[in-house]
Amino acid sequence: MLWFILRRCGSAVIVLFLASILIFLGIRALPGDPATVMAGDEASPAVVAAIRQEFGLDKPLPAQYLDYVTQTVTGNFGRSTQDQLPVIDIIAERLPVTLELSALAMLVAIVIGVGAGIVAAIRRGKAADYVATGFGLAGLSVPHFWLGLLGILLFAVTWRVLPASGYVPFTEDPAQNLQRMILPALVLGTGFAAILMRQTRSAMLGALSADYVRTARSKGLSEAKVVGAHALRNSLTTVVTVLGLQLGALISGAVVTEQIFVIPGFGKLTVDAVLTRNYPVIQAVVLVTVIGYVLVNLLVDIAYAFLNPRIRLSGARHD
Amino acid sequence: MSLLEITDLSVGFATEDGLVQAVRDISLTLDEGEILALCGESGCGKSVTAMSVPRLLPPDTTRLSGSVTLDGRELTTLPEAEMRRVRGKSVSVVFQEPMTSLNPSFTVGYQITEVLRRHESLSRQAAGRRAVELLELVGIPAPQRRMKEYPHQLSGGMRQRVMIAIAVACEPRVLIADEPTTALDVTIQAGVLDVFRDLRDRLGTAIILITHDLGVVADIADRAVVMYAGRAVEQAPVTELFAHPRHPYTLGLMKALPSAAVNGRLAEIPGMVPSPLSDPDECAFHDRCPRVQADCRLSRPPLVRQGEDHLAACFHPGGQS
Repeated sequence: MLWFILRRCGSAVIVLFLASILIFLGIRALPGDPATVMAGDEASPAVVAAIRQEFGLDKPLPAQYLDYVTQTVTGNFGRSTQDQLPVIDIIAERLPVTLELSALAMLVAIVIGVGAGIVAAIRRGKAADYVATGFGLAGLSVPHFWLGLLGILLFAVTWRVLPASGYVPFTEDPAQNLQRMILPALVLGTGFAAILMRQTRSAMLGALSADYVRTARSKGLSEAKVVGAHALRNSLTTVVTVLGLQLGALISGAVVTEQIFVIPGFGKLTVDAVLTRNYPVIQAVVLVTVIGYVLVNLLVDIAYAFLNPRIRLSGARHD
Repeated sequence: MSLLEITDLSVGFATEDGLVQAVRDISLTLDEGEILALCGESGCGKSVTAMSVPRLLPPDTTRLSGSVTLDGRELTTLPEAEMRRVRGKSVSVVFQEPMTSLNPSFTVGYQITEVLRRHESLSRQAAGRRAVELLELVGIPAPQRRMKEYPHQLSGGMRQRVMIAIAVACEPRVLIADEPTTALDVTIQAGVLDVFRDLRDRLGTAIILITHDLGVVADIADRAVVMYAGRAVEQAPVTELFAHPRHPYTLGLMKALPSAAVNGRLAEIPGMVPSPLSDPDECAFHDRCPRVQADCRLSRPPLVRQGEDHLAACFHPGGQS
């Protein structure tokens, strides 16, 4: 198990290395010279050259890359061109907001999606199944922004039970924080709940008709144990896979949701940085996103091995 | 009173095409320490008959009538919670597919101790020790090590032995073995049958052996019930059955055994099994029967005594002793 995790960590480092090269080259492949942009239209060639030297842009590409990597590894992402604040500080401020939103959304998705999926599978062809699959289809079809606006209209405007927008840090006032996060988390989580519900339902249907479930019944186990232990354990691999795959959608979903609810998170930072061509911020945002992806996939792989002894015991030969 | 008595059992399944009648009016008894073979081809209702005892048929679609009693206790109307105390304890099952009948996500040890802890209220340690003994009993080498292994690390024969260890863990009164040797190599088959024989001898376990392999029947069973199209067509002690088969279907099955092949070619029974959707009042085998006469099409031959302890459902039985 330890060997398996070490190997997965190794491949994660390789992915990060390749991603850093892509980000580095991608930025440099963009048209325009950052030094000219920073110096302004009217600047003399001497000023541009000075800026170039200051930022190391006069060095050959490999040397620039080495600088970039050593700076990044030591946590120096440069300064925002917008307000000259260190990018690392901006990210440190914005990232937790989005992490909280995503975690809450995932929680909503897992509780509703996996729960409804199990119920739908057990009550296959009955009213509960139709209700769950019906809501699942609706949850998949409805776009985030529409659901968000509807949520604001109902909960904030008509019923006045939740605030429409804004953000209060958790450390400042946990109650206020959760009150403001619950609607965005529901909105963001609904779509994932729908996807998870469908995947859990089909995985559970497969597991429930498996021979080993019949064996479990023949042992005289309670339905709770037959379903909760024997069938669910074998369905979880599917659920974890879907969770991992949906992370990308979760990030883009967070961008939209944060815009609607005016939450100062990572998604809003990304949109703002792109709109103002804030290269250092974009570069850092992309890198942090990649790191997030790699980390989640690493966790998914480890969860796989934990759930499936065939992977755990044979190393990583499942692909 | 026999240990297990099945009386007038009929089992149907509700499908989109209507009610599929899988088993019709089966009656049989099983005594302590007896090995009863249920034989017949695929779809003849032998598994459905046996699975009605622990009620392991899909509850939503199963339509069951008749009576199943274990030690005089009616099982068909027992509340589900009570039934769960019977399953795995008084009546247990060895399934046909050793490859898929064990849960791939749990260790062998867990899957054995689970049933012990459910019915015997043993501590974790005591259940573990008992599980090792059980693995030894079914002939698995290095049982301590195997406890921590997962099904995919075991061969088919080993898995079937683990399945048997689970089934016999709580020393059941009745063990149902559904084609326990079909998926196994011949050499391993013999070993598995030995385990059954040993269980019967030591614990007096009664065994219902579902099989289409008459060789296995001859090898291990005391009595056999031959089923065709959902009905019992012949029932007799195994030696009597092989010496004097009455029903032409039984005879056909015996001729289809490889050892009975003439000129290297197996005899086959011509024709097809009738549809389980309809049930006309005629002998279900008449289309395929070499001894068919006019009366076979007019009414259904009842299962009646035709010699000492020998029942057959045929108007024109052969092999009178």
